[in-house]
Amino acid sequence: MTLLLQYTLIFASVLMLVALGGCFAEHSGVINLGLEGIMVIGALGGALVMRYMPAGTSALVMVLAVMVGAIGFGVIYASLLGVACINFKADQTIVGTALNMLGTAGATVLVKAINTAANPNDVSSVIQYVGPKKAFLVNIGGFEFNWFMLIAVIALVIAYVVLYKTKFGLRLMACGEHPQAADSVGINVYKMRWCGVLISGVYGGLGGICYILAGVSEWKFENGVAGFGFLALAVMIFGQWRPTRIALAALLFGLFRALSNVYMGFDFLYSLNIPSTVYNMMPYIVSLVVLAFTSKSSRAPKAEGIPYDKGQR
Amino acid sequence: MKKNIWKNPAVQALVASLICIVLGLLIGYIVLLFINPSGAGEAIVSVVKNFLNYSKTNLRLKNLGNTLVKTAPLLMCSLSVLFAYKVGLFNIGAAGQFVVGSCACLISSLGWGWSWLPCLLFTVLVGAVYGAIVGLLKSYCNVNEVISGIMLNWIGLYTTNMILNTVKEPTSPYTLHMASEAPQALLPSLGMAKLFSGNKYVTIAVPLAIILAVVIMVLLDKTKLGYELKATGNNKNAAKYAGMAEKRNIILTLAIAGALAALGGAFLYQTDYEQWSVTQSSVPGMGFNGIAAAFLGGLHPVGAIFSSYFIQHITNGGAYVDLTKYSSQISDLISSIIIYLCGFVLFIKYAMNKSIAKREEKQAQQGKLASDTEKGGGGK
Repeated sequence: MTLLLQYTLIFASVLMLVALGGCFAEHSGVINLGLEGIMVIGALGGALVMRYMPAGTSALVMVLAVMVGAIGFGVIYASLLGVACINFKADQTIVGTALNMLGTAGATVLVKAINTAANPNDVSSVIQYVGPKKAFLVNIGGFEFNWFMLIAVIALVIAYVVLYKTKFGLRLMACGEHPQAADSVGINVYKMRWCGVLISGVYGGLGGICYILAGVSEWKFENGVAGFGFLALAVMIFGQWRPTRIALAALLFGLFRALSNVYMGFDFLYSLNIPSTVYNMMPYIVSLVVLAFTSKSSRAPKAEGIPYDKGQR
Repeated sequence: MKKNIWKNPAVQALVASLICIVLGLLIGYIVLLFINPSGAGEAIVSVVKNFLNYSKTNLRLKNLGNTLVKTAPLLMCSLSVLFAYKVGLFNIGAAGQFVVGSCACLISSLGWGWSWLPCLLFTVLVGAVYGAIVGLLKSYCNVNEVISGIMLNWIGLYTTNMILNTVKEPTSPYTLHMASEAPQALLPSLGMAKLFSGNKYVTIAVPLAIILAVVIMVLLDKTKLGYELKATGNNKNAAKYAGMAEKRNIILTLAIAGALAALGGAFLYQTDYEQWSVTQSSVPGMGFNGIAAAFLGGLHPVGAIFSSYFIQHITNGGAYVDLTKYSSQISDLISSIIIYLCGFVLFIKYAMNKSIAKREEKQAQQGKLASDTEKGGGGK
């Protein structure tokens, strides 16, 4: 049972972080389909920090450094989306898809180059972080508490406050609903959209490093993040672009994901004899059904996906 | 006045794609320089040369055949994407439709022992139904096709893994070899193999894919159905007002797109070139590469033939880099950079048109000036 709780919470943290990132980008009016790629690059940033930090580093410094690494990589990578979609008015779906492919390919090439440079016989795309990983875990009576669970909650509170209680957040959301109106009252739409995209880089990067720290202690970058970016997109839609609901949706989807890992441990679930793929599939089916019933009255930002052109009426 | 060839949209599309390719290769080269400067030039040349890396003609032909075997499914996926895009729909679900297509042809051949033609038809049917789900959700429930496509990609992947678990090799995660277990389901070669010095994987899939590209072009440009579909894509409400069944058109478009992508699955797996791994945890890249090929080909079926070949060419070429220095994923990196740059195509075209307009204006002004002075001279 503790194992189920632990997995649910850590997967929910990943999904919540990434979905909140997507939420910021979409509220500013940019669809961020590249979340999967941003996660991979964020994970790469964090993993590289863990690889190169000296062994004796204290836990606090390690956690902070890894976070900075993941956020830095995530933000830089997200700016590729910003340049193309905001300044050059590119199609957001193509660029997002490209970023997903580029993320995995780029991370693989880079990690392999690093590994081969260190040891000519090592052509794998694996980074190990057995030691540094301990900095993130606190064992409370069999339950492995991961600092990222706390970070996710803090990130949720920040997202809620920023979006609904600050001038900045309300302006950001105005740019996703009706950019022309926002512009007419002196809000710089391009700047706001850049903020939205960069914040999604921060959250996406954090989500990425959180994901690869969830269970294992080495990561093969050829595998990317196995669709978690897309799952987070589903969480965001399921949560109807609102932070609090996103948190609940993340818990639900995290539970499904955790069940697929640990359902063997429950007698009644095991006796049902449902393959783990069904649990993996459930979140997608559920969100598709929910979408079918709710899309007529969807609360998606009205202007998302449409490049803003000042000259357009 | 002579017509400026740079104003021709086809020329502009070609130039824009070539710019993307050259920039993509250049950035790839710079990345290689950073990793290991000593062999970067050589590596990029071997990626571009692909089968030309061999010096013997028969080996060249054989490896050209291997590239073509994978070009056929890629072309089908890119046709699927571009067909839907012409109707204003972004079929990101092509990846999932490719997956269920693979599933349909593998289970009907390995599991049920069907021969190749029924397998192909069954695949088309399954793909059409899977694509139509996206269409139904779009037209009746207002679900964005990108989102439902992404969801269905993953549902398709997990379902396929579950179904194909019944026809896998006992000791490995791969499905059974079609050549030994279900040879009746292999696509006929019709002498294609001989053309490529006995490469048995080259089948009618290659010419069939090219024929289908032409069919799609004719369907879009020369038929009433194509016109109606494009009209629906341009403005759904205007199409409805003009008496077109706009809901039916959306569903039909995605059903056709689904069938095309699914056929791509059959074109790959019914050659036994590859086996499906039932433990794969991410959606195969074929559908996403199809998006790349569609946009690199300027969203034209004939362009897609060349761009699909090009993308597959450099992907296969990645295997020829010096693996002690670089990884073969360098070609994935280059092709994903090219797709990223494809996002800028609109901007490149805009810049070209602007510079043409500027030049013409200048010429017109100079012409006017010249004629003015002439007039002035005449008046004296």
